[in-house]
Amino acid sequence: MSFLNAEGLTKQFNGLRAVDDVTLEVPKGQVRALIGPNGAGKTTLVGLLSGRLACSSGRISFDERDVTSLPAHKRIASGMAYTFQITSIFPSLSVHENVALGARRVFSDPKEAEERVVAALHRVSLLERAHEDAGDLSYGHQRLLEIAMGLAQAPKLLILDEPTQGLADGEVVAFNKLINDLRGHTTVLLIEHNMNVVMEVADFITVLNFGKVLFEGTPEQVQASSAVQSAYLGGADAEA
Amino acid sequence: MTADLRKIIGLHGAVLVILFAAQFFLPAYHHGNLARIMVLATYAMGYNLLFGYTGLLSLGHALFFAAGLYGMGLGMTQFGLGAGAAVVLGVVAGAGIGALIGALALRTEGVAFMIVTLMFAQAGYLIILYFGSYTRGDEGFVIQQADRLVAGLDLSDPTVRYFAALSIFYAAFVVLMWVLRSRFGHVLIAIRENEERAMMLGYDVQRYKWGAVVLSAGVSALAGAAYGVLFGYVGASFASVQYSIFPLLWVLLGGAGTMLGPLVGTIFMFYLIDLSSGVTTAYMLIAGIVLVCLTLFAPQGLMGELRNRFWRWLP
Ligand SMILES: Nc1ncnc2c1ncn2[C@@H]1O[C@H](COP(=O)(O)OP(=O)(O)OP(=O)(O)O)[C@@H](O)[C@H]1O
Ligand SMILES: [Mg+2]
Repeated sequence: MSFLNAEGLTKQFNGLRAVDDVTLEVPKGQVRALIGPNGAGKTTLVGLLSGRLACSSGRISFDERDVTSLPAHKRIASGMAYTFQITSIFPSLSVHENVALGARRVFSDPKEAEERVVAALHRVSLLERAHEDAGDLSYGHQRLLEIAMGLAQAPKLLILDEPTQGLADGEVVAFNKLINDLRGHTTVLLIEHNMNVVMEVADFITVLNFGKVLFEGTPEQVQASSAVQSAYLGGADAEA
Repeated sequence: MTADLRKIIGLHGAVLVILFAAQFFLPAYHHGNLARIMVLATYAMGYNLLFGYTGLLSLGHALFFAAGLYGMGLGMTQFGLGAGAAVVLGVVAGAGIGALIGALALRTEGVAFMIVTLMFAQAGYLIILYFGSYTRGDEGFVIQQADRLVAGLDLSDPTVRYFAALSIFYAAFVVLMWVLRSRFGHVLIAIRENEERAMMLGYDVQRYKWGAVVLSAGVSALAGAAYGVLFGYVGASFASVQYSIFPLLWVLLGGAGTMLGPLVGTIFMFYLIDLSSGVTTAYMLIAGIVLVCLTLFAPQGLMGELRNRFWRWLP
């Protein structure tokens, strides 16, 4: 069994099947990209995996445990970290405290927790701004703060929902490096619209369309696939 | 950070010292008032933990205050407990009822939570009236001076009473300050700021909220029990809606989510009513106008505005 395993996952919103019978297997240590046009069901799918949303049917196992019936906080506590597509931070708390809330749950020793906070903030280059209110950061920096909140939990699985949205070019380069550093010890599930990022960091790609898995393969295979070209890249071009 | 910590300790330490010293120069009338205010401010601090720090608006805290009051009073009249043991019984009763009500009411959120807590408190009020043969209903009962002794000290004596009220206030203040600086307290504040985010950081939000309700109820009950034993009266009016609204007002006026807000708000409201009732019989009108002005010009409460404008470090 893979590290993260989803079988026949379905999420029904009234009339709409946002996620439709998705089966997903992510081995340990892999950087897996999840791509697809707007509304394909990517955010909904990671919502099901993290427990933020309850699935209509299907099973999920994580780290050799069936987590289907676990509430979100227990799944997170079992080693997942989740970052939101729509930035969700604690705006009136300091940048430092935002990250510390992530670290303190995992590391009960205050000294170790503090080291994790500093390391995570350093990795996203926000250490100098640690004592500002998180709400005063620019949008792009709030995205980086979300990543730091995830990193500080030293998760086994890091779920990132469009982390590079709103980042400057230099910050995207730094983000790619960060993911490359995580490769091997942290499993990453990355939803990403920026194809340059996907091609640079993903080991393996799952393409979602209308709630279903359209294609799976290496970056090269995805680029070569005509089905993906027409469904996704065509759609993305048309939108741009 | 350490500079902030020094300021925090300096300011709050100064307030605690002033409260201690005040008894030596205040005239008897204000001396008695301040003892009363410190007990009521303890109630407000308990309320503030839930409302100001966790972000849960309860309209039923009179139930917890009354649980302490009656737990203490009935402990004396029915079980013959001494004053100390009776106060402990009151606190245990309040925290226990808090645990039960918390488990039930936290299934709801927002306005529903307000209504459910209000209904439970009303039920508590009616139960007190229903068991009138023990509680003496609306009329209530007096705690005899002979029963108001702790370690040989007479709690009806103004100086002893002041010290007792001060000790209760100190104890609650220090415990709550410690809680808020602990991991638990930080999570409560995180829940207030962004509940979904706290959950998605792996915190069992429901359990933390429940813990906050129990602690808040326990502190409120401590205030209720102390009020009864220090001022010698136990009555159903303390379980009425009015006593659920008071701590909300005190905390809003003083500054929700600040450590000193409950004390400041209680003093302010107490003297607002006291002074305006000396001037006119329409004193509630004056009080009302001042309250409206405050909510217009200092929506964060007095300490909240101070924090926004000058003292960013205020906890
Ligand atoms: N809570 C909800 N209630 C009803 N419909 C929803 C809800 N959340 C998402 N949907 C719908 O489900 C579909 C999938 O949405 P989702 O957010 O998962 O897409 P996505 O692939 O993340 O898109 P994007 O790239 O724009 O972020 C969309 O049609 C969306 O409108
Ligand atoms: Mg999305």
